[in-house]
Amino acid sequence: MSGVVLSLFLTFATLSLLAVGGANAIVPEMHRQLVEVHGWLDSATFGQVYALSQAAPGPNILVAAALGWVIAGGLGMAAAMVGIVTPAWILAWWVAGISERLAGRPWLRAVRGGLVPVAIGLILASGLIMAETAAVEWVGLGLAAAATIFAWRTEFSLLWALAFGGVVGLVLL
Amino acid sequence: MYLGLDGPNLRAMTELAPPPTRLQLFLAFTEIGLLGFGGAAALARSVIVERNRWMAEHDYAEILAVGQVLPGPNVGNTSVMVGRRFHGLAGALAASGGFYALPLVLLTGILLLYDRFGDSPGAEGFMRGIAAAAAGMVIGTALKMGWKLKPPPEAIVIGLLATLAAAWLRLPLPVIVLLLGPIAMWAAFRRLGR
Repeated sequence: MSGVVLSLFLTFATLSLLAVGGANAIVPEMHRQLVEVHGWLDSATFGQVYALSQAAPGPNILVAAALGWVIAGGLGMAAAMVGIVTPAWILAWWVAGISERLAGRPWLRAVRGGLVPVAIGLILASGLIMAETAAVEWVGLGLAAAATIFAWRTEFSLLWALAFGGVVGLVLL
Repeated sequence: MYLGLDGPNLRAMTELAPPPTRLQLFLAFTEIGLLGFGGAAALARSVIVERNRWMAEHDYAEILAVGQVLPGPNVGNTSVMVGRRFHGLAGALAASGGFYALPLVLLTGILLLYDRFGDSPGAEGFMRGIAAAAAGMVIGTALKMGWKLKPPPEAIVIGLLATLAAAWLRLPLPVIVLLLGPIAMWAAFRRLGR
C-alpha cells in the first residue's frame, strides 16, 4: 500500500510541473499514467471520477485528489494532492519573489505587461470553450449570454449569476 | 503598468483599501475556491479588485497573467503571489490554503455520497445551469478586464489572437505563450520606451 502511495505522490508531482494552463492540460497524460502505465484503475472509472470532480465545487486540479482517493483511500488522496500542488506552488512562490525583487526594471514591466493581453485573451477563450459544452440548447445559451452581460456591465457579486443559473437549470434543464 | 497607468486606473489605485489580514486572505480565497465553478479567475478578480479593493485592476491582471503561464491552476498560483505580496510565506499559505481546503473537504464528502445518490435528474439540471452561467461569467469578466485596462490597439490584436489560438485552433497553452509572448513583450517594451 505504501508503495502505491509513494508512487502516487511521485506521479502527480511530475504532472504538477506539466500543468501549464491548469488541470485540463494534463488530463490525457494523467489518464495515460494512471490507467495505462500503472493500471491503478480502468478507463471508465477514470471518466466517472473526472466528471464528478468537474461538477464538484472547487478548482479542477482537485481531480488529482479524487483519483488518489479512488486508488488508495485517504492516504492516496493526500499523496496525490500534495504531489500535484507542491512543485507548482514552489515555482509560483519563487517567481513571485524574483518579480518583486526586480520590480521596476523596464524589461520586467514589459514581460509582465505584455502577458496581460495574452492572459485576458486566454480567459475569454476558456469562457468560450466552457460555453461550447455548457450552452448547447437555448436555455443554456440564454443563461450564458445573460451572465456575460451581468459580469461585464454590472458590479454586482458574480454569485448572483451562478445562483440564478442553478435555479433556472433546476427548473428548465 | 504598461496598460494604462493613467486615467481611471490611476484613480482606482489611489483608492485602494488597507491591505488584507491573513484571515481575510484565507476567507477570500476560500470563497473563490468554493464558488468559482471553473471560473475562479473571474470570481477572484471580483473579490480582490472590485469588492475589497486590495489591488488595482492592472496589478491583479499582471499577477494573474504570470500565474497563467506558470504550471498549476492559474488562481492557485495567483493565491500564492497575492498572499506573498501582503504577508510573505504566511500570507501565501493562508491564501492558497483557503483556495484548496474547503473544496477538498467537500469533494471528500461528495465521493462518499456518490455511490448512494448518484445522478438524480434535478442535481444534473442545477449543475448544468451553473455551468452555463459560469461560462458567461468568464466571458463577461474577460470583456470587462479588457475594457477597463484600455489596451492599445496592438494589445487588443494580441489578445484576440490568443483567444483564437486557444478556443478555435485549440493550440496547447505553452505553444500560444511561446508564439505570442515574445511579440506581446516586444510591443509592450516599445510602448514603455515612448
